[in-house]
Amino acid sequence: MMRIDSNDDGAVVIIGSGAGGGTLAHELTRRGIKVVLLEAGQRQSLASFSQVPGEAFGQLTWLDPRTQSGTWGVAKDFPGLPVWTCKTVGGTTVHWTAATPRIRPWEIRARTLYGPVAGTSLIDWPVSYEELKSYYQLAERRLGVTRRNGNPGMPASNNFKVMYAAAKKVGYKRVHTNHMAINTRPRDGRGLCIQQGFCVQGCKTGAKWSTLYTEIPRAEATGNLDLRIQCMATRIEHGADGRVSAVVYRDSKGAEQRQKARIVCVAGNSIETARLLLLSESARFPQGLANSAGQVGRNYCHHISGFVWGTFEQPVKFWRGAVLAGIVEDETVNEPKRGFVGGYHLELISLDLPTLPLVGLPYGWGRDFAAIMEDYRNMAGMFICGEDLGRADNRITLDPTIKDAYGSPVAHVHVDEHDNDKALRKHAQDQAAKMYESIGAKRVIRSLTPPATHNMCTARMSANPRDGVTNAWGQTHDINNLFVSDGSAFSSPGSANPTLTIVALALRQGEYISRQMAAKNI
Amino acid sequence: MNSARTTDRRVFLQSATGMLTGLVAAGSPLALFAPSRAWALDLTTLTSPEGATVLAAARTIAPHDKLEDAAYALVVHSIDASVAKDEGLRRQYQEGLARLGANFASASEPARVEALKAVEPSAFFQALRTNTLQVLYATPMAYAYFGYEGEAFSKGGYLFRGFNDLRWLPDVPQADSGPVLGSA
Repeated sequence: MMRIDSNDDGAVVIIGSGAGGGTLAHELTRRGIKVVLLEAGQRQSLASFSQVPGEAFGQLTWLDPRTQSGTWGVAKDFPGLPVWTCKTVGGTTVHWTAATPRIRPWEIRARTLYGPVAGTSLIDWPVSYEELKSYYQLAERRLGVTRRNGNPGMPASNNFKVMYAAAKKVGYKRVHTNHMAINTRPRDGRGLCIQQGFCVQGCKTGAKWSTLYTEIPRAEATGNLDLRIQCMATRIEHGADGRVSAVVYRDSKGAEQRQKARIVCVAGNSIETARLLLLSESARFPQGLANSAGQVGRNYCHHISGFVWGTFEQPVKFWRGAVLAGIVEDETVNEPKRGFVGGYHLELISLDLPTLPLVGLPYGWGRDFAAIMEDYRNMAGMFICGEDLGRADNRITLDPTIKDAYGSPVAHVHVDEHDNDKALRKHAQDQAAKMYESIGAKRVIRSLTPPATHNMCTARMSANPRDGVTNAWGQTHDINNLFVSDGSAFSSPGSANPTLTIVALALRQGEYISRQMAAKNI
Repeated sequence: MNSARTTDRRVFLQSATGMLTGLVAAGSPLALFAPSRAWALDLTTLTSPEGATVLAAARTIAPHDKLEDAAYALVVHSIDASVAKDEGLRRQYQEGLARLGANFASASEPARVEALKAVEPSAFFQALRTNTLQVLYATPMAYAYFGYEGEAFSKGGYLFRGFNDLRWLPDVPQADSGPVLGSA
């Protein structure tokens, strides 16, 4: 394997190997640029993925402590686990469910379209949809997204048959098996989906796209990638000129290392990206790096999410088949007459038996709780994915007391829900309930909000440097050789599952960085 | 590894503090997962009455009448192992179980529910509830009871084994879904 000397200051150092970092590593290395890719977790493989849900959770999940507060339900229901992200090569692309809708053209103009909503910090994206669209098309080809570019749609599972019949009954029109980064026929050296229903535990056939077995091995094959696993970045350093110069990290043995860098790209998923920028404070940047406007960690968005379950007289066996292969798009519109701005998707979902009572059902015990579990065979499920509105005080900060194994303060996540968030969730729950009831559900269960899997906007792109952390290419306003390369850079969350947009932005950023390096601008 | 396990077993037996026993009903699907109808669980830290209280509490938290005691006994086993390793947790459980009273295991279900409601805000109850759910629904016995089929990769997934076998609703038009074999 290619090894870059720690004193080589010509390389790009990328922190995190998920959708953003893994894709960017491939984009740079295939253009001949040397990359050190730091990944805090271990490297799994199709063979090593556990299919025991509790074990798989332990194998893939970021379990370092985090703290939280605020009025959102997660603070009360999951006090130690505000978000559910991964610590493994491939990042959250290992456990994701591979739904790849695009952000809508109107969603990237949130501030203009929604107006000044009190108690929010909305901004428009500094990128045109026309430009974003061309990168969506590239990303969809790269990921092999279904129902695009001639890729067949996912076949309808039992769970989707229920969703489809219910959606049609209440008059919805735009209902299909979703756009999915899952092979429906062999392509790109990977097989087709065999409908295991184990997307979240790591896809053992590799039919689901993950940087673990696509972008990263391809980057390695260029001979330009130095992937360092179990290496946890703890600090980004800068030189006298104020430009970043090195990344300090702990290696697999816990020893401190320092890698010099020409450019640093942070892609640690929104919580850790913000935390690392804040941890990197110095005499020159006492608030942390790229934080002269005080925006790092602010405007944290997580999507309004939650499960709605319907139980029926007859079996569904919803655990069989690709987990998220179904979508209702009719509510993905901005119609303030519904009582809120922004829109939402209803997506198909199932949970395995051990996970359902821990994450998927409202708090409960006793006869009523057990009665729901007794209907496990006859249960169908939907997942709400709606736009939440950025707020300056919904933010990631450094916890004042709790520290990680290396003595660094852990991330603290604070979220107070806006009335708009509550109104959107209630509308979505009511519509989902109406759907299941229209085809004779015995019972509908509106569940709680699970730990956030979509984490965004904590180092957002902004036209005005006062409003955000980076420019339209994810390049920080303050430091021209420091980039943000994950969902942290979204200006607003829209209502689409974020991975496709993260990949599209990474493809675009890869072009930009290589052009800027060639022009010797950075 | 083998010798370590033998040693553990010996230490385990020497230090047993209690035991729970039971019988799997004849003809139960659970018989498939048990080497014999009779089962016995050695306890290393909890006493027999404490073990019986935990078992009755787990049954009250997640009451599935046709699910055998043998499945709930695995909750007791897991909690017994956890408290053996953690002094603070042991004290929390012992105090909490004492608050449920000596007659908890033989009390009626409504009386057990009342007793658990009385301690519901405590860290003890929250740990007990979480441990019960974590262990119970992950057992092979629960998989069989609820019809959950678990790991599917080794069997070729469900592509040809019923991922779309629901017949009580109409099929979905191809335009809104896709072909089963993946051929365009």
